[in-house]
Amino acid sequence: MTQAEIKLCSLLLQEHFGEIVEKIGVHLIRTGSQPLRVIAHDTGTSLDQVKKALCVLIQHNLVIYQVHKRGVVEYEAQCSRVLRMLRYPRYIYTAKTLYSDTGELIVEELLLNGKMTMSAVVKKVADRLTETMEDGKTMDYAEVSNTFVRLADTHFVQRCPWVPATENSDPGPLPPAPILVISEKDMYLVPKLSLIGKGKRRRSSDEDAAGEPKAKRPKHNTDNKEPIPDDGIYWQANLDRFHQHFRDQAIVSAVANRMDQIFRSLPVGYNISKQVLDQYLTLLADDPLEFVGKSGDSGGGMYVINLHKALGSLATATLESVVQERFGSRCARIFRLVLQKKHLEQKQVEDFAMIPAKEAKDMLYKMLSGNFISLQEIPKTPDHAPSRTFYLYTVNILSAARMLLHRCYKSIANLIERRQFETKENKRLLEKSQRVEAIIASMQATGAEDAQLQEIEEMITVPERQQLETLKRNVNKLDASEIQVDETIFLLESYIESTMKRQ
Amino acid sequence: MAGNKGRGRAAYTFNIEAVGFGRGEKLPDVVLKPPPLFPDTDYKPVPLKAGEGEDYMLALKQELRETMKRMPYYIETPEEKQDIERYSKRYMKVYKEEWIPDWRRLPREMMPRKKCKKAGPKSEKAKDTGKGTSLTNTADVLKKIEELEKRGDGEKSDEENEEKEGSKEKSKEGDEEEDDDAAEQEEYDEEEQEEENDYINSYFEDGDDFGADSDDNMDEATY
Repeated sequence: MTQAEIKLCSLLLQEHFGEIVEKIGVHLIRTGSQPLRVIAHDTGTSLDQVKKALCVLIQHNLVIYQVHKRGVVEYEAQCSRVLRMLRYPRYIYTAKTLYSDTGELIVEELLLNGKMTMSAVVKKVADRLTETMEDGKTMDYAEVSNTFVRLADTHFVQRCPWVPATENSDPGPLPPAPILVISEKDMYLVPKLSLIGKGKRRRSSDEDAAGEPKAKRPKHNTDNKEPIPDDGIYWQANLDRFHQHFRDQAIVSAVANRMDQIFRSLPVGYNISKQVLDQYLTLLADDPLEFVGKSGDSGGGMYVINLHKALGSLATATLESVVQERFGSRCARIFRLVLQKKHLEQKQVEDFAMIPAKEAKDMLYKMLSGNFISLQEIPKTPDHAPSRTFYLYTVNILSAARMLLHRCYKSIANLIERRQFETKENKRLLEKSQRVEAIIASMQATGAEDAQLQEIEEMITVPERQQLETLKRNVNKLDASEIQVDETIFLLESYIESTMKRQ
Repeated sequence: MAGNKGRGRAAYTFNIEAVGFGRGEKLPDVVLKPPPLFPDTDYKPVPLKAGEGEDYMLALKQELRETMKRMPYYIETPEEKQDIERYSKRYMKVYKEEWIPDWRRLPREMMPRKKCKKAGPKSEKAKDTGKGTSLTNTADVLKKIEELEKRGDGEKSDEENEEKEGSKEKSKEGDEEEDDDAAEQEEYDEEEQEEENDYINSYFEDGDDFGADSDDNMDEATY
């Protein structure tokens, strides 16, 4: 794992789980697989805290364990899974677009908790939805269950591996750790549950009791007295399925853009008849993007989507766009030229691009030092004498994509750090504004006059308000940037993964 | 490759024209220091995407950040004492739900061990009822070590203490492994019955106990 990835993982873990979990998590990412005591010793953390941290990390599918010989259990962190935490908003939003609010909350609960039983999810989501409904209305468990089943059928949620039930009553010495298994056919099998009930609204009396120590409450409240019907059957969000969806979305929107261009240049009507569809498909197949290929004529023509090529085109487009925005449109022209012609000499670049030699040289070197373009040496003589060697400029898409991906990780780490800095700088002001809001809220609840409320509001001066506004704007911008950079990360990672699979 | 400098004359080993400099042309200045940390960019960045989806995701992201801080998975580090104790802090303290992992899915070593003294006699009882005579040796060793400890740390040198601690730990470990085999059920019940918030107790919520527990003889990592 590169330093940039480790740094980003550290920031993400710390923001979501606190410093202790971050310390343990980053240590495991750096060192690989380790047993419990070694982790405690190397990080200088107490055994108790290491255990807690590992429990949290395992619950969230960020760390896995394996039993090695002599009963030693080793823990391993999944760095790439940690990086997926950046994408949580996108997963949740996608669930919303596909399965509306119910689906959105189901996925959100699963992501927030790592794994949950179906009954727990249904109950929690029903409660949450009920909160948002009008007084007197409640959300039925059945409706939430239905959405859950649909999510399972379309593979957006999947079952976690579990401990197989052992046949023998006394297996002898218990293993140090359970071996979790799952089979393909069981992964999306929804247990037969009859969840009957409705969501409950959180009563205001509960809210008042928030300040009291709840530790004195009995461990099992009345709800938990009933046996959980699907005990031990845990579900998690299936991130790969979401990725498939994103990939399809990206390809469709890229083609749609393309279609618009073609659409404008053709005189067609608005109803798509079979003939027109044929025309479109032929156009797509002939399109230099090579997203769609024709693989035979059976059934009037078989068309196939070439996923790898599509991802490659998307990655290339990303690279081109980055070159354009960083170095200017003339550089972008040179870049596209080299991309198209595969290998070009210095002189040829100048000629084809129609750019004066000095500027062309300057631009090429800028791109070279940025690792977007590389040099290929072709010796004319066996002694590789530089004066008798061809030096050709070329674009190696895979390595350029890797470089850009690495840069994206650095960018997001910088964005997060800056956001944390901004928040920390204004900590005092933020706390003050939170206190004022709390006071206003409590006063409103007990019925206060407008004049009094105004007085409290004025505790925050006008320049302070402006400062808060600026802070909010900046934080929003930084957050939005993180989300957008993650989109680029997704494209590049998909392309790199697809390329590596073919090798 | 031994590069002969041409007896005082500057000559390039490669064709300078291939790189793009004309003959006799002035070469660019040598770079003497690292590039600036925040260089000026000629081209300003493109504005961010804006739209319904993006706005929603932004709100989601910020909400998630806040929510995660309130979940039981967020383990607080004990804070240093604040300079002024704020009255309103008491009313803003967020109640954190308890979380107990499903122990069936985790390695056995993950379960918190009761190291405090009050559990001592109980676990010993469990030990006695649960096993046979094979542990008399280890029990003896434990007793001996306890006696030695009672004699006082000051009388022994550090090394000896460490040795004893080391061996005590080893035997304790051996004890615990076998303890678990035979008496795991009992231990678990014990924990359930002992206090209502048994597991939660060892998840400290205030910073008071931090550092006071010296768990597991961290001096040497014997494993």
